[in-house]
Amino acid sequence: MGKEEKKIIFKSVNDLPPMAMSLGTMWVNKTASWRNLRPIIDYDKCIDCMICWKYCPEPAIYLRDPDERVAIDYDYCKGCLICVEECPVDAIYTEEEGK
Amino acid sequence: MIEIRFHGRGGQGTVVASKILADALTREGKFIQAFPEFGVERRGAPVAAFARISDTKIWPRHKIYEPDHIVILDPTLIGAVPLLDGLKPGGWILVNTTKKPSQLGFPKEFKVATVDATHIALKYRLGSAASPIVNTAMVGAFARVIPVVKLETLLDAIEEGVPIKPKENRAAAEEAYNSVIMEG
Amino acid sequence: MKRMAIVGNHALSYGALLSRVQVIAAYPITPQTQVVELLSEMCADGTLKAEFVKVESEHSAMAAVMGASASGARAFTATSSQGLALMHEVLHWVTGARLPVVMGNINRAFGPPWSIWTEQTDSLSQRDTGWMQIYAQDNQEVLDSVILAYKVSEQVLLPTMVVLDAFFLSHTSEPVEIPDQEMVDEFLPPYENKYILNPDDPHAFGGLTNPEWYMELRYKIHKAHEEALQLIEKEGREFEKLFGRYYGLVDPYRVDDADTILVAVSTAASTARYAVDLLRERGKKVGLLRIRVFRPFPYERVKEILSGAKKVIVLDRNLSPGAGGIIASEVRGALANVKNHPPVFSYIMGLGGRDITTKNIMELFEEVEKMEEGKDIIWKGVKI
Repeated sequence: MGKEEKKIIFKSVNDLPPMAMSLGTMWVNKTASWRNLRPIIDYDKCIDCMICWKYCPEPAIYLRDPDERVAIDYDYCKGCLICVEECPVDAIYTEEEGK
Repeated sequence: MIEIRFHGRGGQGTVVASKILADALTREGKFIQAFPEFGVERRGAPVAAFARISDTKIWPRHKIYEPDHIVILDPTLIGAVPLLDGLKPGGWILVNTTKKPSQLGFPKEFKVATVDATHIALKYRLGSAASPIVNTAMVGAFARVIPVVKLETLLDAIEEGVPIKPKENRAAAEEAYNSVIMEG
Repeated sequence: MKRMAIVGNHALSYGALLSRVQVIAAYPITPQTQVVELLSEMCADGTLKAEFVKVESEHSAMAAVMGASASGARAFTATSSQGLALMHEVLHWVTGARLPVVMGNINRAFGPPWSIWTEQTDSLSQRDTGWMQIYAQDNQEVLDSVILAYKVSEQVLLPTMVVLDAFFLSHTSEPVEIPDQEMVDEFLPPYENKYILNPDDPHAFGGLTNPEWYMELRYKIHKAHEEALQLIEKEGREFEKLFGRYYGLVDPYRVDDADTILVAVSTAASTARYAVDLLRERGKKVGLLRIRVFRPFPYERVKEILSGAKKVIVLDRNLSPGAGGIIASEVRGALANVKNHPPVFSYIMGLGGRDITTKNIMELFEEVEKMEEGKDIIWKGVKI
């Protein structure tokens, strides 16, 4: 999924398009680097109620293949942890990034 | 350049009258500015409209304070509104009235013309009996008194420019053209 | 070509029709309503093949035409006064997004107290939004300016506001030559912009830009305005070849040997032209500089024409409270670096649609004849 990330280095104003535009869409503009805490789903507790999917502002919750269970897209999850707060069965826990 | 001021009441078609005149003069390749006194339109309240007419492009763009001629669409405005303000001596006063020009008592320095436009409008069922729309009859009379436009051009402009009853409006203008009484 | 008596509002509508606009979104406001009324009729009866979007406010109107333009459609709207003020946020957006939207603005004084009459403060207070601004003095110029605006806007990717006086143009019927569609098509090709929303080549537009590059993008907007200065005159000449009417950045009249030059915009400038003729008949060496394009401001033209005069009068039918006349401040700015520049006499008059008569303008010249030192602000006709 996603295109190859384009790398263009702007040197002067002449390299710029007339307005600020991304080099691609969010396929290349991945936002996960903002995340400090990584939410992780405990599939033993998860009841697939989809409440995390409803609340995720990104949205970075999807149904994974092939078992169609709820999963987190770590390319785009910014680590806001709303899902952790909203999960009715406390099935999402966190770990520090980089550990 | 000729400057004309129209006086009427909201709902009589004063503004449409000046627009029809604009259309007719435009058809003859002349220059005209026709505009209403800008305000909030109210039925029955005194309203004014203005026209500047010229063979060349017209530059001044403001209200007309010293008209060459005035046209009064409603005789009840006489005495109620300062109609003659700024009117240049020798100018025409064209009035919709059943009276003859000499009966109106306007100062001698002006020329006076009258036409019974209300009667003509009622005859052709323009507007209602309570509020006849006299505008097309008045521009018909106007074309006779102040000959800045050919009658035929005006009649065509009326027929194509009025929202309803084109034939009746045309006939009303023609009848007014033929029946206006001019003194002076 | 057809010669018709139309009001200034309808001149805007015909300009949009002939420019083959594809999307119109507008919200009615006195004295602009007729513009949209006629355009909606044209869309309804098929005369104009455009999408007419009904919206609930001017903010939405501008947002809708912005979206349309961003997806590659030629878009049009019109408003006035408070409506323009409500668009303010999106006006900046349209410029920043470099979208060649064209709109009509009918000058109307701001409330409170409520007024429906003309004054330039509404459009002039959008001065810094980056929109190009054209001030028309007759209905022909209104129509022609819409076509010219698209031609220039789409080349420099900047929006344009075509501005006309409430009532003195908007509701005045006068002869206008309606150009033939084929000739307009010859002059104005279809809108093409490679920076558009395109599902086959997706991009996000206008995202967060760091201080490292924001300034460069603003610089590009200003450079585009400078380019437009050249282009407006060039396209004005192209337009003249086809239609016989020339519109430039400024419209000087009898300035060559003039001792005193009056600077004005819009219908007041038209009246001033008549006043200049009357004063010339009396042997007065007076002239007129009508500023037609206010943004980009034609500093060079203004300097060239005014630096030879002995006195400069600026007529402002607008007010920046606490500063004075908005056009006067531009004129003073243009002259500041000219050695031994003429004194500037800044008049405020005609606010809220108070009539500016030929006689009033002749009085300005007569008053200034008796003054030596320039004046930062002179209130003409205030009942003190």
